Amino acid sequence: MADQSDEEPKRPSRRGFLTASVASGVAAATATSALGQQAPAAGNPKNLPPKIPSWTQVLGDGVAKYPYGKPSKYEKHVVRRDVEWLTASRESSINFTPLHALDGIITPNGLCFERHHGGAAEINPADHRLMLHGLVDKPLIFTMGDIMRMPRTNRVHFLECAANSGMEWRGAQLNSCQFTHGMVHNVMYTGVPLKVLLDEAGVKPTGKWLLVEGADSAGMTRSIPIEKAMADCLVAFKMNGEALRTEQGYPLRLVVPGWEGNLWIKWLRRIEVGDKPWFTHEETSKYTTLMTDGRARQFTFIMDAKSVVTNPSPEAPLSVKGRNVLSGLAWSGRGTIPRVDVTLDGGKNWREARIDGPVLDRSLTRFYVDFDWKGEELLIQSRAHDSTGYVQPTKDELRAVRGLNNIYHNNGIQTWLVRSTGETENVEIS
Amino acid sequence: MSRFPEWRAGLISLVLCLAVLSPAAAEKLGIGRALTPEELKGWDIAVRPDGHGAPPGKGTAAQGEEIFQTQCASCHGEFGEGKDRWPTLAGGHGTLKHDRPEKTVGSYWPYASTVFDYIKRAMPFGNAQSLSNDEVYALTAYVLQLNDVITDPKFELNAKTMQAIRMPNAKGFYDDDRETAEKSFWNRKPCMKDCKKDATVLNRARMLDVTPDSKSGPKVD
Repeated sequence: MADQSDEEPKRPSRRGFLTASVASGVAAATATSALGQQAPAAGNPKNLPPKIPSWTQVLGDGVAKYPYGKPSKYEKHVVRRDVEWLTASRESSINFTPLHALDGIITPNGLCFERHHGGAAEINPADHRLMLHGLVDKPLIFTMGDIMRMPRTNRVHFLECAANSGMEWRGAQLNSCQFTHGMVHNVMYTGVPLKVLLDEAGVKPTGKWLLVEGADSAGMTRSIPIEKAMADCLVAFKMNGEALRTEQGYPLRLVVPGWEGNLWIKWLRRIEVGDKPWFTHEETSKYTTLMTDGRARQFTFIMDAKSVVTNPSPEAPLSVKGRNVLSGLAWSGRGTIPRVDVTLDGGKNWREARIDGPVLDRSLTRFYVDFDWKGEELLIQSRAHDSTGYVQPTKDELRAVRGLNNIYHNNGIQTWLVRSTGETENVEIS
Repeated sequence: MSRFPEWRAGLISLVLCLAVLSPAAAEKLGIGRALTPEELKGWDIAVRPDGHGAPPGKGTAAQGEEIFQTQCASCHGEFGEGKDRWPTLAGGHGTLKHDRPEKTVGSYWPYASTVFDYIKRAMPFGNAQSLSNDEVYALTAYVLQLNDVITDPKFELNAKTMQAIRMPNAKGFYDDDRETAEKSFWNRKPCMKDCKKDATVLNRARMLDVTPDSKSGPKVD
């Protein structure tokens, strides 16, 4: 078991890896380097044909070794990561989904980014209650058992933090796809339409807004218009088929399709129906967007159409000349993604990407460009179109309207520079 | 024999099924029980600008200053100036158009009720909902005094006086207008071929060197 390939894979320094892989050059193109930048450029000869590797000869683990399965040890580098200098504490902080290491459209539960304002509350579902009161005919209180007996539905939706890419307003800052775009995830939720609960209590005609509140130590609260609540919000208890993860609001969270993540109250404990918004901390001092005239937009709920190339990207450089797969994600808070354009030459010429997999309403959508790389420098961008005709703007087009102090809602076009070595970095271009 | 009765029977059973299964059915599910006023009282803590939800109680900035020094100053600083990366609570007046605006309670927040609501529900950080309503009124008064919104340290803040306070930036907000102000982002026919002559790199994240090294990522269990 002392084989090199059985050792814990040390995450290679990007520079070191690139040097090695580029040195092996085109010969490596035929090797199995499809696992991405973490795969060794060449395997251990002891395990390669015609040799018979150990795992072919001896028995593997029995069925009960991992009652709850986890990723292969060779995938240990695929984790959420955070940027310590961003926030004062880890309880009121953010980490990021490793978009560059994922494919398809569904985010695995353990990799969905976290954003807490008072840490992740750990709640015994037997002790969880949801109150519904205010401008209703009959104020009600529900147990988790009650909610599980209501008609439920399944929906796939992206959740994007309004601050995703927020560090990039003034220019390229974080050299990482995970850190520039990783405050988004895409999950199939199982839950009860919020309308079912509201109808059960009977909303009075004067009821125009909801206050939704979490049971965490931040007591997270936002105001949501009644039209949105009645249209498509869910009170969800499952994600990707299993119970919500603690850090995603177990046992109950709000799903607010297409709208900024801060509204998706986790550990949902209370809904009050009122005649006007509450102007909570999170919808006044935060999550408002400051414009150049010194005034700020409020209730900027919808997430505009956006896209990013996840491979290649700073964490997923090109390692092999010849045939390569460019891959990325696009999404819109207003509908579906019918089209994504990609440029490899910094916007001189564009081509339509190949959209693959389900194209769902307000869900991440996967796109690919299969291309040949001859080792030339690339300037890669993607541009999403949504079903309302919105076309993702450049960062400069956004800045021209909004200035530099918005913090939130940066959906501008991202540029990656791929050097002739394959090394890829976050840049802005003319 | 006519097949009509069979068809009709099928329709009737289909209608019955829909009545039972459809989530859109108007009938009540009969799930959940009546919320009692006592239960609600313990959790109903939200306070709105118009005074809705503001609890009984009172406090002054003078009283609030003492509480602030023991409960808040370790993060927010003695005068709300903020320590390390913890939020600055005061100052920043007139900076909202600046290159680096300072958004504080006084320079940015539109309503005093939000200060009360937030302290009541979330502060002190890590010991939420531990303060009495009188203490929260007093702390709110002190934070408002730090921002010169109130000047008399003996001014009594309560549900009624809090509602009457006008914050300096109360008129600084307007509802999301992206769909009109950014209308040009819709229905464009973007260029696909020979769109520009040059594309040169203007700035690089690597030059800033603020990206955490991969080694600083969280450990895997």
